[in-house]
This record gives sequence, structure tokens and C-alpha cells, in this order.
Amino acid sequence: MIAWMPVWRIVAAAAIVCATYPAIAEIPMSERKSGYEFMGPDSRAMQDEDTANPGMLSVLDGEALWKRKAGAAGKSCADCHSDARTSMKGVAARYPAFSPAVNRPVNLEQRINMCRTDRQQAKPFPYESKDLLSLATFVGRQSRGQPISVADDENTRPFIDNGRAAFTRRQGQLNLSCAQCHDDNWSGRLAGSPITQAQPTGYPIYRLEWQSVGSLQRRLRNCLTGLRAESPALGAPQLVDLELYLMWRARGMPMETPAVRP
Amino acid sequence: MTARALINVPPKAKRGEIIGIKSLISHEMETGFRPDATGQPIPRNIIKEFVCTYNGVEVFRAEFFPAMSANPFVSFTTVANESGTITMTWTGDNGFFATESVAITVE
Ligand code: HEC
Ligand code: HEC
Repeated sequence: MIAWMPVWRIVAAAAIVCATYPAIAEIPMSERKSGYEFMGPDSRAMQDEDTANPGMLSVLDGEALWKRKAGAAGKSCADCHSDARTSMKGVAARYPAFSPAVNRPVNLEQRINMCRTDRQQAKPFPYESKDLLSLATFVGRQSRGQPISVADDENTRPFIDNGRAAFTRRQGQLNLSCAQCHDDNWSGRLAGSPITQAQPTGYPIYRLEWQSVGSLQRRLRNCLTGLRAESPALGAPQLVDLELYLMWRARGMPMETPAVRP
Repeated sequence: MTARALINVPPKAKRGEIIGIKSLISHEMETGFRPDATGQPIPRNIIKEFVCTYNGVEVFRAEFFPAMSANPFVSFTTVANESGTITMTWTGDNGFFATESVAITVE
């Protein structure tokens, strides 16, 4: 965060200069690149090797939780879903997914908490807690290599459109949209860092700056703070819609969970 | 909760071969220099020492300091002399202790 602010000041100046440039449309399918492709060889090596990837420590924690009985029902996730390698394969690649129970899309963390409360009759895990992140990382790991495939149908489309509107709307004191950086200038740099395309392929990620695993929503809030825009609370519908739009935009790209990012 | 460690040692090696050993352990490595929400310093909590032995003989030792990242990753090499056990131990603040052993077959 300390190194971050001056960078955004440069952006503010740059934004004024480019304010008149016409916006470019969505990135063509063939030009989409995961954040992995923008990383240096050291960070790539960390992600590539399971015994060097700190995100795998969360996967192991999640696996232990998967098997632990919890709540008034006295059931573990495994009691109902048995082997996650088969039951959870490809699941994370489909989230956020429409939930008839709440009549809107829920993200993977929220879906896990629904089983926590409804099926295990236990207290939901707080957002960004170690336990929730571990389970999400463990479930996400079962989709590694699977193509992202969120539903695009009459239930989800209004929410995808909300997310797209949030992505292309200028906001914050810097008065920039996500798209101005991540669609129009993804091959550029923000001071030292590659801007990248904001592809959500690797979440939860192990972020070196955080020194820990974190969710996509945490990452989105980082960019919102950078724009000096208002950040919705973790779990807020606006953030789920933005997640859904990002996953729709990344449709067909392979999941990398748990990815490493700078 | 006990610390989790990920160890990467080749299960088999030729006698005299140089082998890579990699280890990753979960630890917050709290520096002792950060304040909490009320402004009080968060007490230091780090791993201070990492030792690797090969059939009881020390082959690698490292001292850790507060500037090291969370979940420290250590990579080094040794020579595969004989079949046996490679053991790693981490010790640190607040009585932190973790140990992991892996078998290696040398032909
Ligand atoms: C008592 C049985 C039961 C337990 C315990 C349980 N679940 Fe579920 N879970 C279900 C059922 C049934 C469904 C699908 C039906 C539904 O929509 O509720 C489901 C759905 C899911 C889904 C969505 C799958 C998809 O294809 O969209 C995920 C993810 C999930 N559970 C994770 C978990 C996790 C993680 C735990 C442990 C914290 C857990 N579940 C505990 C019964 C259970
Ligand atoms: C001024 C440019 C800028 C704007 C505007 C911006 N971001 Fe970012 N974003 C970045 C940079 C730079 C990074 C990469 C930082 C790093 O990893 O070092 C990034 C990273 C990301 C990532 C992580 C991608 C990965 O590989 O994991 C996501 C997701 C993201 N941004 C989403 C958004 C969203 C959503 C918005 C709008 C609310 C937004 N960004 C606005 C500059 C921007």
C-alpha cells in the first residue's frame, strides 16, 4: 500500500492526458491472457510447483476442514460430497452461479457458507477468514485446468450486465473505469507493474504483497481503493456481479487456483 | 493448529548425485515492528532457525530474521551419499517447533 499511492498519483495525471482517447472495446478472445503471463520467471516457478506454491498450504488446510464434522448436524463436507476430486471438479469454474434460494448469483465462498448454515447447521465463516479461504482454495483447486464456464442465461444475464456496467463506469476521485486500464491499456505498465487484463483465473490467489491467500473480492477492493472509489463490503451484491462479469469475460480460460500473483 | 510444511526431496538418487531440497512452511513471520489497530506493537513471532539433517548429520542450517516473508521457502542442495532419512526442523518464538522427515533411496 505504501508504494501504491504515488503510482496512482501518476495515473491521475495520465488520466487527464488520455481522457479524450476513444475507449477500445472488449479484449478479443484470442488476445486474452492470464495474469500468469505477465509475471517474471520466479513468480511463475512458484505457481508451477506445488511444493513451492504457498497457496497449496491453504489447499491442505481446506482438505482437513473438508473432512471435519461441524455444526448441529454433525456432518463434514465429505459426508455428503465424498471425494472432492470428483464431486467438486469443475464446480469453482461455474461460480458465481445463480441461486434460486436468494434469487441472484452467489460466489463460491457464499455457496460454501450456504452448506455451512443449511446443511451443517453451523455458523457461517466470516469473509476472508482463514477457514473460508482454505475451503474455497481447496474446492477451487479441484477445477485447476478446467475451462471457466459461468452460466449465461436469462437468470444470470441481468447480473452480468450489472457487472459490465460497473467495469466500464468511471468512478472514484481518479474518475477512471476498470476498463480504461484492463481493456484499453492492459499491455502497459503502472509505474513498475504490468497492468494486466484483470483475468479472474486463479482465485483465491496467494498474493506476495499480502503475504497470504485472498479472494477475488479482496483484489477488486484493492483496485477500487486505488481509484479512491467507494468499496462495497465483502460479499456485497455489486462485488458478486463484478466477479460474475469477470468470469464471463474469461469464459473458456483455464482455472489456475491457487495462483501466485505479485 | 500445527504448522503445515511442503517438502520436495527426490525419492531416489544415484550415489554422489547432487540433489535439490526444497521446503515451504506455513508461518506468519510477524516482524514485531507492526502496530495493531489500537497502535500497540504486535509482538514478534518468527521462525528463528531451520536445520536439515541427513541420517542425523547436519547438512544445512539457516538463521531467520524478521525481514523474511511469511511462509518461508528454503531451497538448497546436498550430495546423496546413502539411503536413509532427511529431517527438517524449524524452531522459533513462542516455543514454535515443527519437524518433517522424508525417506530417500540411494542406488
Ligand atoms: C448434509 C449434506 C451436505 C453437507 C454436510 C455439505 N453439503 Fe454442500 N451441498 C449439499 C447439497 C445437497 C448440494 C446441492 C443442492 C443444493 O443446492 O443445496 C450442495 C452443494 C454444494 C456446492 C455447490 C455445488 C455445485 O455444483 O454448484 C458446494 C461448492 C458445496 N456444496 C460445498 C460444500 C462444503 C465446502 C461443505 C462443507 C463445509 C458442504 N458443502 C457440506 C449437501 C451438503
Ligand atoms: C489505473 C489502472 C487500474 C484501474 C483503473 C483498475 N486496475 Fe485492476 N489492476 C491494476 C494493476 C496495475 C494490477 C496489477 C497489480 C499487480 O499485481 O502488481 C491490477 C490487478 C487487477 C486484478 C488481478 C488480476 C490477476 O491476475 O489476478 C483484477 C481482478 C483487477 N485488477 C480488477 C479491477 C477492477 C474490477 C477494476 C475497477 C473497479 C480495476 N481493476 C481498476 C490497475 C488498475
